Amino acid sequence: MALEIIESCVNCYACEPLCPNQAIYQASPHFLIDADKCTECIGDFLDAQCASICPIEGAILTELGEPINPPGSLTGISLELLAKYQAAVEATYQAALAAKSA
Amino acid sequence: MDLPVINASPAASSGGCDSHSCGSTGDQLSHLPEHIRAKVHNHPCYSEQAHHYFARMHVAVAPACNIQCHYCNRKYDCSNESRPGVVSEVLTPAQAVKKVMAVAANIPQMTVLGIAGPGDPLANPERTFATFRELSEKAPDIKLCVSTNGLSLPESVEELCKHNIDHVTITINCVDPDVGAKIYPWVFWNNKRVTGREAAEILIAQQQKGLEMLTARGILVKVNSVMIPGINDEHLAEVSKVVKAKGAFLHNVMPLIAEPEHGTFYGLMGQPGPTHEELQKLQDACAGDMNMMRHCRQCRADAVGMLGEDRGQEFTLDKIEDMEIDYPAAMVKRAEVHAQIARELEIKEQAKSAKLELVSIQSQKKPEARPVLMAVATKGGGVINEHFGHASEFLIYEATGIDVRFIGHRKTTPYCEGGDTCGDGESALDRTIRELSGCEVVLCSKVGYEPWGPLEAAGIQPNGEHAMEAIEDAVAAVYEEMRAAGKLDVKPVVQRKAA
Repeated sequence: MALEIIESCVNCYACEPLCPNQAIYQASPHFLIDADKCTECIGDFLDAQCASICPIEGAILTELGEPINPPGSLTGISLELLAKYQAAVEATYQAALAAKSA
Repeated sequence: MDLPVINASPAASSGGCDSHSCGSTGDQLSHLPEHIRAKVHNHPCYSEQAHHYFARMHVAVAPACNIQCHYCNRKYDCSNESRPGVVSEVLTPAQAVKKVMAVAANIPQMTVLGIAGPGDPLANPERTFATFRELSEKAPDIKLCVSTNGLSLPESVEELCKHNIDHVTITINCVDPDVGAKIYPWVFWNNKRVTGREAAEILIAQQQKGLEMLTARGILVKVNSVMIPGINDEHLAEVSKVVKAKGAFLHNVMPLIAEPEHGTFYGLMGQPGPTHEELQKLQDACAGDMNMMRHCRQCRADAVGMLGEDRGQEFTLDKIEDMEIDYPAAMVKRAEVHAQIARELEIKEQAKSAKLELVSIQSQKKPEARPVLMAVATKGGGVINEHFGHASEFLIYEATGIDVRFIGHRKTTPYCEGGDTCGDGESALDRTIRELSGCEVVLCSKVGYEPWGPLEAAGIQPNGEHAMEAIEDAVAAVYEEMRAAGKLDVKPVVQRKAA
């Protein structure tokens, strides 16, 4: 039974000092959870601490691979708006790449 | 993560969202008690006069945050963006100390080190206080300050006092939880994520408690508020009253920065920021209750240099690694530079009071004339010393028959660097002309032939005749010329609508 931090983590350190089991550690390219130490905070807190302060939707998964904070749950930004934003970011990124290689 | 900037759509950029106008009365500190003035006279963020001469820097040692604001996107990091919370490189306390000493040795005008993020400094107490502890030992001639959302402030006050931090900024956007619920989606409190009205209630209570504790201990508190039209704009006059009553010495009302490409809730929802005029009106309304600050540039969490400039690229980690710093020697040089600036300011002050007497005699003879807004291009030092085409911001002054008053600044893209950085339709010159709306004159050390015509057509008279002159004197002189030419008897030329 353990949670997992995935690549959308922005390395903000917020979760690391909160873990009652010192299961979270800094790694590259992002923080990780030691599955052997993680208890999902059961017995210590009502809610998993890392997932309760993490500002990035989808960055922390349950053991079943489901996001504890699904898209829209923290920022209030709807899925539709989020998709639009991500498409625009991707388009600009690709354009910048194309301009660089040209 | 390094996201590229998306070009603003014309619809988004033509709104007031990128308004950066702040402003201040000329003698915003004059009513303060002597001991407070002594603390802030060389602090560029607190003294309008000081910001022409002294520099500041922020070190980004505090990435974690304990709340979410609707104007913030925690994923964002772009070196082309200048707004709070944005930062390129998070530093360890040791790296931060090295950087501060390198900057202090190379920019002797740097008087102030602030920790402002990119998250909340007090949500990273170990990293923040380790930096302060080492700096107060190694660089005792640098003022330390911290900027916080206030949630963890009460529990940090004791520690703040230990490090001799005499300036704290709290961002307070509301004192009413119903307003707060529209600004803060959640706070992390007592090991839980709390949402909605309850979250705002907790945050407001902590901010007010922290403010009271700090002022009771004699620590100077400045309050920052973000003006969000339709959300808290009408409420901020009340905020001003409340925080003044609790002892805050300065209130800084800043415009919301929200663009879709920032990926923030407000940006994506199309929440507009205030126009220059709306911001100034609110600042004037709050000024009745509170000392207002209008020269704020809403710096990045890793800004380096004079307000309005960022020399961070000269002090990246790899560059400071190679720098040999002899701090004791640097301290001597710094003290000399500070003393020289103090002498200059004193001479200026004397000249100013002599002139005030003269003006008060003259103004009795002259009929009331309408006020005129003028834009000024300056690199600092209180003089007109920047080319029109190189200016990335203009200071805005209001001249009347009685005095010259600084009312704010407006950012733009330097016209000479325009073209390739500003993609879609609107040229850099068009944008500058739009940003200068309401101004009738633009004063700069030089202005080229090409922008001259479009500026005139927009009702903004270019003027390069006062290069290297003191700003207030030049503005007063041009106002006098306009009066003599009869230009103050007629209404200003109607400004061309921005394309």
